Amino acid sequence: MPHNELNVVALVSVGAHPTSGRARRAEQDARAVELGLRLAGSKLQVVHAGDPHAEALRAYLGMGLDELAVLEQGAGADALPALGAYLSGAGAQLVLTGSQAETGEGSGMLPYLLAERLGWPLVVGLAEVERVEDGFAQVLQALPRGQRRRLRVRLPFLASVDNAAPVARQSAFGPARRGQLRAEDVVVVDDALLSEAQLQPARPRPKRLKVIKAKTGAERMKAATAKASGGTGQVLKDLPPQAGAEAILKLLVEEGVLR
Amino acid sequence: MLNTLLPILLFAALALAVLGALKRFLMWRRGRPAKVEWLGGLMKMPRRYLVDLHHVVERDKYMSKTHVATAGGFVLSAVLAIAVHGFGLHNRILGFALLAATVLMFVGALFVAKRRRNPPSRLSKGPWMRLPKSLLMFSASFFIATLPVAGILPEGMGSWILGGVLALGVAWGVSELFLGMTWGGPMKHAFAGALHLAWHRRAERFGGGRSTGLKALDLDDEAAPLGVEKPTDFTWNQLLGFDACVQCGKCEAMCPAFAAGQPLNPKKLIQDMVIGLAGGNDAKFAGSPYPGKPLGEHSGGPHLPIVAREGQGLVDAETLWSCTTCRACVEECPMMIEHVDAIVDMRRHLTLERGATPNKGAEVLDNLIATDNPGGFAPGGRLNWAADLDLPLLSDKKQTDVLFWVGDGAFDMRNQRTLRAFVKILKAAKVDFAVLGLEERDSGDVARRLGDEATFQQLARRNIATLNQYKFKRIVSCDPHSFHVLKNEYGELGGNYEVLHHSTFIATLLAGQNIALGQHALAQQGAAITYHDPCYLGRYNGEYQAPRAVLKALGLEVKEMERSGFRSRCCGGGGGAPITDIPGKQRIPDMRMADIRETGAELVAVGCPQCTAMLEGVVAPRPEIKDIAELVAEALIEVPSEAKKSAARRETAEVN
Repeated sequence: MPHNELNVVALVSVGAHPTSGRARRAEQDARAVELGLRLAGSKLQVVHAGDPHAEALRAYLGMGLDELAVLEQGAGADALPALGAYLSGAGAQLVLTGSQAETGEGSGMLPYLLAERLGWPLVVGLAEVERVEDGFAQVLQALPRGQRRRLRVRLPFLASVDNAAPVARQSAFGPARRGQLRAEDVVVVDDALLSEAQLQPARPRPKRLKVIKAKTGAERMKAATAKASGGTGQVLKDLPPQAGAEAILKLLVEEGVLR
Repeated sequence: MLNTLLPILLFAALALAVLGALKRFLMWRRGRPAKVEWLGGLMKMPRRYLVDLHHVVERDKYMSKTHVATAGGFVLSAVLAIAVHGFGLHNRILGFALLAATVLMFVGALFVAKRRRNPPSRLSKGPWMRLPKSLLMFSASFFIATLPVAGILPEGMGSWILGGVLALGVAWGVSELFLGMTWGGPMKHAFAGALHLAWHRRAERFGGGRSTGLKALDLDDEAAPLGVEKPTDFTWNQLLGFDACVQCGKCEAMCPAFAAGQPLNPKKLIQDMVIGLAGGNDAKFAGSPYPGKPLGEHSGGPHLPIVAREGQGLVDAETLWSCTTCRACVEECPMMIEHVDAIVDMRRHLTLERGATPNKGAEVLDNLIATDNPGGFAPGGRLNWAADLDLPLLSDKKQTDVLFWVGDGAFDMRNQRTLRAFVKILKAAKVDFAVLGLEERDSGDVARRLGDEATFQQLARRNIATLNQYKFKRIVSCDPHSFHVLKNEYGELGGNYEVLHHSTFIATLLAGQNIALGQHALAQQGAAITYHDPCYLGRYNGEYQAPRAVLKALGLEVKEMERSGFRSRCCGGGGGAPITDIPGKQRIPDMRMADIRETGAELVAVGCPQCTAMLEGVVAPRPEIKDIAELVAEALIEVPSEAKKSAARRETAEVN
């Protein structure tokens, strides 16, 4: 269902191919653009904070965009203030991002920090926008194992997409060559963290060993298709903020996230 | 009465035909410009017609003889009739000559009529069923009208009624044969065909030459269209070529996609292009439709998109993506029409402008851009298959005799067996060779045939830049697709090399007695084998002999399939067809395996990683599939080298 009246902005970054490391359009960001194109068609605005000469950005133009706004800044600059300032003046009703960048810090924090800065709600793992009316959007949020949760969110809001969002369309050479990378001057703020912290390659997160107890094919099938059963989860409703925070803290300590 | 009527009829028909010819010519010229040899082409046309084209037509002896009689008779009759009846040269000798010509034409036309009595399905019906009657009418009418000139019948013989009937016959005949030639009747093939031969886009094909490499798009010219969106985006001589079609359906009979029930029929495609050229719909097409696509639903015009963005256009995209680019249609076409060029031109638009490569196409192209191989494998693993072979790298040696082009089969475990077998042969023959290793990239074959000219040129230019750094005498590859692209398609981008297929190279090694072969184990058992010609080795590059010579040297007797040599049937693996994977009623490799089974062979020898993969994908029980290199490696008699002796000594050392 197209929402041509909806003002959608997609934020994109330069990605890196997982096996060759070569610059490309980032997988999740391209999905954000795909979702944006389906919602707003040619009125979609696409924004990147970084180098306007990055050739990899043309792969987004190749999806059928006439132009892409680039908030020009160097490699060590913080994207957050530039994007925040741009978005507060862009009149956007829905801002789409990928969940995590493929290059640079790649902390996955940008959608959260941006939503906080703008004071907008954030939907994580947006899969589909079903309806927009009266300043609210009805959306589907992706949960593990193909589950979907229907949410009603007030506009404007920010949403990050992951692999549950529709696959990005092919990037074509013609539109990629014709499209404009429009550089915009912005106030460049250096990333304070980058200047003092050191970068080191991430270690792969240890995975819990999967012990296969199933003896037969049928059992294995059952195990593979069974619903995730946390079992101990509980829904906290109508709680004072203090009590809610304590419950979350208790869980984090139990799981060993906080020590 | 006839003496006044005939000249009027003849000259009126001729004048209208000239008018039609002009109109048709201007329709072709709506296409994009192309460099042709205007006068030179016309001068060479008779030779191209009588020699080059005749070689193709001669494969069908019946039709060849029929055509010589009918067309030869017609041309003679027409010229003489204009002289005798048009200009009134009532000379007795001319009269007899005209009688003889009409008799020749009449006899030819009888054979045309005979073939039309129970025509095979590949032939178009409709107006084509009328043609033999028109031919008979033309020749018979002029025969009778000429009898008085030859003095066999008295002048002024016959009543008004007989004269009227005769005039009607002549009118019918000249309408079909003069007017129909330029106003779109079946005889159009003669007019357009002759000019097509004169201004053919691949003039190199004539005089025994071969021209199979796709032509490059000029990507630096941003105003030039990226491929063909609408009929006028074809070059004008391509449009002329479409008009030359005689609808004989030889292409249809050979097309593997059509036989598999995929929605492609090369003959219909060319006729659709003619519809696009003139405007209209396909309801009147009188041949076999695209399998699964009823007639009358598609229409187009010169300035309308061929593949519609929404709804029905002239051709559906899946028709274009069904083609395996095997060139069987081009090889078979007696009018030398270039079907594959047209299909790739239209694919270029779909990929480069619309980003609409179907199924796995987009993924494969993305992989080629990001990893230089279609599978998306880490480029650093390109030489893993030879980790234990200690292959000499060209980056170390800087120069070599033979550059072994490995190809993307390096990532495929099945093909690695072939590659290792070939290395064994190279080492046994003590060939001075080297590989590019991690510097090698995909040749660009698949990208180009999926219409992604930009990615092809990028890969090709990088490969050429790499190759330019080194000195080597020749490139040898086990992959006919890389072989073809390196040999025939890099030249336009500045890379000219001597390239050999490994079967050709092995044949020269055998001829030079550089390797010693024993009898293959299968030959000792007396097993029957057959050989499958890869399209890109055979039809594209004319190499049919070397693989057979190698098999013969192994003591293996090849039981030929009915479709072999230049008529070999595609395995279904070319042109990115396994990637775009357009559904049909059956699979092309299954049909090919049926051809193989028919020979009773226990093993089929192949020379292409694509063919190997496609044929091995056929469910067992089926004949075994082995590459020529594997068969040779199995029968290799290795001269024990000194290194081996020392290894043998080490084995005897005891360790306690």
